Amino acid sequence: MTRYLTIAAVVLLAILLVAIKPAAAERLVTSISRHQVLVNSNFTGTSIVLFGTVEPDTPTARRRATGYDLVVTVTGPKQTIVERRKERMLGIWTNIGERTFLNVPSYLAVLSNQPVEQITNADTVRQLQLGLVDKMLPQQLGSDVGDVARDEPFRANFIRLKTQHQLYVQKTNGVTLLTPTVFRAEISLPAEAPIGNYDVDVKVFADGALLTRTSSAFEIIKVGFEQFVATAAQEYGLLYGLTTAMMAIMTGWFAAVVFRRD
Amino acid sequence: MQIYLPIADLPVDIFLVLGMGLAVGFISGMFGIGGGFLMTPLLIFIGISPAVAVASVASHIAASSCSGVISYWRRRTVDLALGLMLLAGGILGTAVGVWLFTLLRSLGQLDLTIGVSYVLLLSAVGGLMVNESVRAILRQQQGKPATPRRGGAHTWLHGLPLKMRFKRSKIYVSAIPVWMIGFIIGFVGAIMGIGGGFLLVPMLIYFLRVPTATVIGTSMVLTLVTMASATVMHAATNHLVDAVLALILMVGGVIGAQFGARAGQNMRGERLRLLLGLLVLAVGLRFAFQLVVQPDDLYSIRMLGAE
Repeated sequence: MTRYLTIAAVVLLAILLVAIKPAAAERLVTSISRHQVLVNSNFTGTSIVLFGTVEPDTPTARRRATGYDLVVTVTGPKQTIVERRKERMLGIWTNIGERTFLNVPSYLAVLSNQPVEQITNADTVRQLQLGLVDKMLPQQLGSDVGDVARDEPFRANFIRLKTQHQLYVQKTNGVTLLTPTVFRAEISLPAEAPIGNYDVDVKVFADGALLTRTSSAFEIIKVGFEQFVATAAQEYGLLYGLTTAMMAIMTGWFAAVVFRRD
Repeated sequence: MQIYLPIADLPVDIFLVLGMGLAVGFISGMFGIGGGFLMTPLLIFIGISPAVAVASVASHIAASSCSGVISYWRRRTVDLALGLMLLAGGILGTAVGVWLFTLLRSLGQLDLTIGVSYVLLLSAVGGLMVNESVRAILRQQQGKPATPRRGGAHTWLHGLPLKMRFKRSKIYVSAIPVWMIGFIIGFVGAIMGIGGGFLLVPMLIYFLRVPTATVIGTSMVLTLVTMASATVMHAATNHLVDAVLALILMVGGVIGAQFGARAGQNMRGERLRLLLGLLVLAVGLRFAFQLVVQPDDLYSIRMLGAE
């Protein structure tokens, strides 16, 4: 972690020295500690650190009454997920209702320095889909595709279940302001976080208004043996299956030989 | 020690999985059953998706039963002719089972069907086995002779045509009930995602009067062939066989199966049947409990295609 802090400090210094030019009222510069997360056989989840700085470029900007507020949104690869609900039928608990969530984020983290409702007004929160519950979650509703009210049971329980698996995260203290203009956020990725591209979107607010935003990305990829196995299973299914079956027979035969007593 | 599984996409404790393999392998070697009906729920319990669990367990069962087949073969307790005849019926049964599986899935009632059939089948089979073996044990303790294996006693099954002599099992029966049993095992296996060994063993004993000595080795031949082909089919169609998970399970499984096979050989037939009956009954009741008691969480989510 200290290594990342050092790197980040160097990056910040470079930014501060080079990038002071008048442009918009505020400039937002961010840097993430890693652009690639490598999944190998001892991967048990990890975290990525995001550093950033907000530079007030005009005198007006420098006179802002309150400090800056930050909202960091991390969106993982899209997935289609089926949610089911059990009900009692003839004394037996069984899946009765189901709802399909189409192309929703497999991973979603909303990190901010204070609750989003305190950063800006309710309309803006909803319009910008700031909070975890405000995110658009398209669902198959009959023949239509659309989102439903926030407190609708299927939707609410979907978010709850995702949060239980740490795949949906909302942290109102997830962004730390190191100085009034320099901030740090830690994105924690559980081991179940799927392989793919992750978008990191950073928004800066002051006095309840969105000033500027920037985005970057990182990816989670499998490497080495893990990648080899995953590719083999996907691309050469039959061969992979035959190999696994042979492996099973060899293992069984080997055990029978090793444990032979008679 | 955690290890990341490349297909299941999550880390598991290698020793936990190895231990599960050992335990289920022991049971599988002892009773001559695949153990899928125990292993699949265990894997799902530690967080592996049902589809990956079912697909990977197939290869684990193949390994356990291969090791079992070899040790029973050495003891000359495998009736290969009977095994192959059962297999012939089994393949047809699997095909019909897969067809019905697809139909039920399109009707959206697969979960319920699987749940209810687990309960009915496991409780019925387990109950019958416990009942029968307790009677046998009681009879023995009262000093009466054990159930005589009536060489000449014929049921209607023996009146059927196409008679075949299975030398190793010392039985002379029609091929029709053999095929029928194979068909039922294949059918049930495809619908419920299990090898069906726990059904096959009692069926061979009660209907065909196959001696307990050869029944386990023979049942394992059937399990080996069906599970090895299930591994290949799962890998080729769904790409969901996790070779790393399978290997850990296999290593545990084959070691467990060796010890289990030895423990089984040293145990009296009716004791063995009583234990297996109790085990099957317990799993059946566990499923019944799950169906009747309100679950902790009414909602569940699953990635599309991952079941």
